[in-house]
Amino acid sequence: MNKPEKAAREPLFHIAKRNGIAWWKAWIIRGVAILASLLVCALIIVLLTKQNPLEVYGAMIKGSFGSQRKFWALLQNLAMLLCISLAVTPAFKMKFWNLGAEGQVLFGGLCSMVLMFEIGDRLPNAVLILAMLIASILGGVLWALIPAVFKAKWNTNESLFTLMMNYVAIQLVSFAIMVWVPSGSSVMGVVNASTKAGWLPDLFGKKYLINILIVAILTVVMFVYLRFSKHGYELAVVGESENTARYIGINVKKVIIRTMILSGAVCGLAGFLLVSGTNHTISKDLAGGNGFTAIMVSWLAKFNPLLMVITSFLIVFLQRGAGEIATNFNLNTSIADILTGIIIFFIIGCEFFINYQIKSTKSGKEGK
Amino acid sequence: MISTIASFINAAIIQGIPLLFGSTGEIITEKTGNLNLGIPGIMYVGGISGIIAGYIYEHSTDTPVPLLCILITLAASLFGSALLSFIYAFLTQTLKANQNVTGLALTTFGVGVGNFFGGSLLKLFNESGSISLISTGLAYKTSLPFADKLGLFGKTFLSFGFLAYTAILIALVSSYVLNRTRTGLNLRAIGENPATADAAGINVNRYKYLATIIGGMIAGLGGLYFVMDYTAGAWTNNGFGDRGWLAIAIVIFALWKPKSAIWSSFIFGGLYIICVYIPGLSSSSKELIKMLPYVVTILVLVFISAKKKKEHQPPQSLGLSYFREDR
Repeated sequence: MNKPEKAAREPLFHIAKRNGIAWWKAWIIRGVAILASLLVCALIIVLLTKQNPLEVYGAMIKGSFGSQRKFWALLQNLAMLLCISLAVTPAFKMKFWNLGAEGQVLFGGLCSMVLMFEIGDRLPNAVLILAMLIASILGGVLWALIPAVFKAKWNTNESLFTLMMNYVAIQLVSFAIMVWVPSGSSVMGVVNASTKAGWLPDLFGKKYLINILIVAILTVVMFVYLRFSKHGYELAVVGESENTARYIGINVKKVIIRTMILSGAVCGLAGFLLVSGTNHTISKDLAGGNGFTAIMVSWLAKFNPLLMVITSFLIVFLQRGAGEIATNFNLNTSIADILTGIIIFFIIGCEFFINYQIKSTKSGKEGK
Repeated sequence: MISTIASFINAAIIQGIPLLFGSTGEIITEKTGNLNLGIPGIMYVGGISGIIAGYIYEHSTDTPVPLLCILITLAASLFGSALLSFIYAFLTQTLKANQNVTGLALTTFGVGVGNFFGGSLLKLFNESGSISLISTGLAYKTSLPFADKLGLFGKTFLSFGFLAYTAILIALVSSYVLNRTRTGLNLRAIGENPATADAAGINVNRYKYLATIIGGMIAGLGGLYFVMDYTAGAWTNNGFGDRGWLAIAIVIFALWKPKSAIWSSFIFGGLYIICVYIPGLSSSSKELIKMLPYVVTILVLVFISAKKKKEHQPPQSLGLSYFREDR
């Protein structure tokens, strides 16, 4: 279909990069994309359940906000996804493709669990929690630092490296569970259920409030760090162009390693919050795929921590809502993944119309 | 002892076949500079599309014809994985979206599609129980008629269904096409430097689209092999596991060469199950041994980046979208 003669013919339109677009236009485009994706999702839901889509969306809202318990669970899920998204953001802004958040969270969580399980009954609770926090952060840092050092030294492909590190962490956790639970059920129960040693305390009688507050503070701190600090500026320059960064005297290797330490530390913190503040146990699904979802959340929000609150809310709402539909209509909960996928396709697709414009060749003045 | 080794080799090959499909597909895709992290999702969809089509066919007739079983499921699987790869190609190539994000979204989507239909297919048809396509599974598992007569050798190396040999054949053909034909040269040129290839008059868009879709279709066959041959027509949710990521690891291990992917896949297949064959292992040390494929991949990755040998590097534009006016 693409014969040589076609090259001589003038195409009907061509694509050009936009110089800039008014922010409200960009948001209209995104809004249209989200609406379109919701329509497609509705269509799929109707085909599968043969129900009125409005009712189905109603069920989704009920699944998220229906009761106080559901609402708190929503906030908790939101906080964890947001925390991991914040963790991957500085690295991404630097164009360091950290696909290993899953493993960093897991290894961080494992470090907490080791302390909680092995010496949980020998330390005062406050000391134990502090030790767990430090161990988790160091664990996350270690898991992020290994690929970062090789990237800085030999330019080793970081996306593949971090990806593999996930599975090393998963197997380490499986190993630890097998050691701790020798019976072979390979499921670890709630640890220290009676003493609550190493458990983050409930604040004002609310279970996950402390997690949510920590993440809320972190969001603001990360926003300030990326927007106003010298570090934030440097990593943005490295992300835009390494050559420019080197030219203006930024030590690229140092920035890569420093940023990955930060990224790993926040992942480790997420692991700590999951083990100490939420599950009080560990499994290889601790991060539950959020390490990958976080990448999309961060990307959709254009690396802006404040916008990430919205994008991670969108994803968590979908997952919980779709879970509700699945139980109501006796379907598999994986429908949440399908809907998430569709919405992300639409949103990443619409970025094209924000960054580029399609010009009709005929109306344009400049003809070749 | 010999029979244990023989059964280990046999099992390693069986485990290696889905990985070989996946890695061959990914190599072809990556050679044009598209890092398709959606391969795990595509493999799930390749599997479930075959299952759905086979289910509908087996339920529409009382006496399923083996050949039709194969053709229908094969066509459905190829179609499903082609569709998913098309989404990837369209988003990254035409809409210039980020490859990593698109790929991960595709994996979420594809694994979701696989598990959703795997878990709900029977309910959608108002039936209960679990999916099991007996005739189709048997048709896929049919091996060479003389394999049984060749004793241990036949049992170890010839007892596979036709898809296993197809995998090796596809890898060999891809190797030939990539290295010995004009098409292959163009393909590799695009992966190294799309702007130069474009200037040389190669249609970058068409090559990238075709390579991504064909690569995805090949990878999807890995999912089909798994559900039809390995599990004999039965579907378990998440049964395919993380084999898709392992296939991507093999691409690195094989240094982007389809021919090396053949033996690499069998090694990785062996590493995947070796813990079953080492006597006297505790269940905890089994978990540590399962770590081996990933650790080996990391070591290879570090090694090739430190050595900086030209022929061992990933395609230079891997992971980057190409836009002609973006120089």
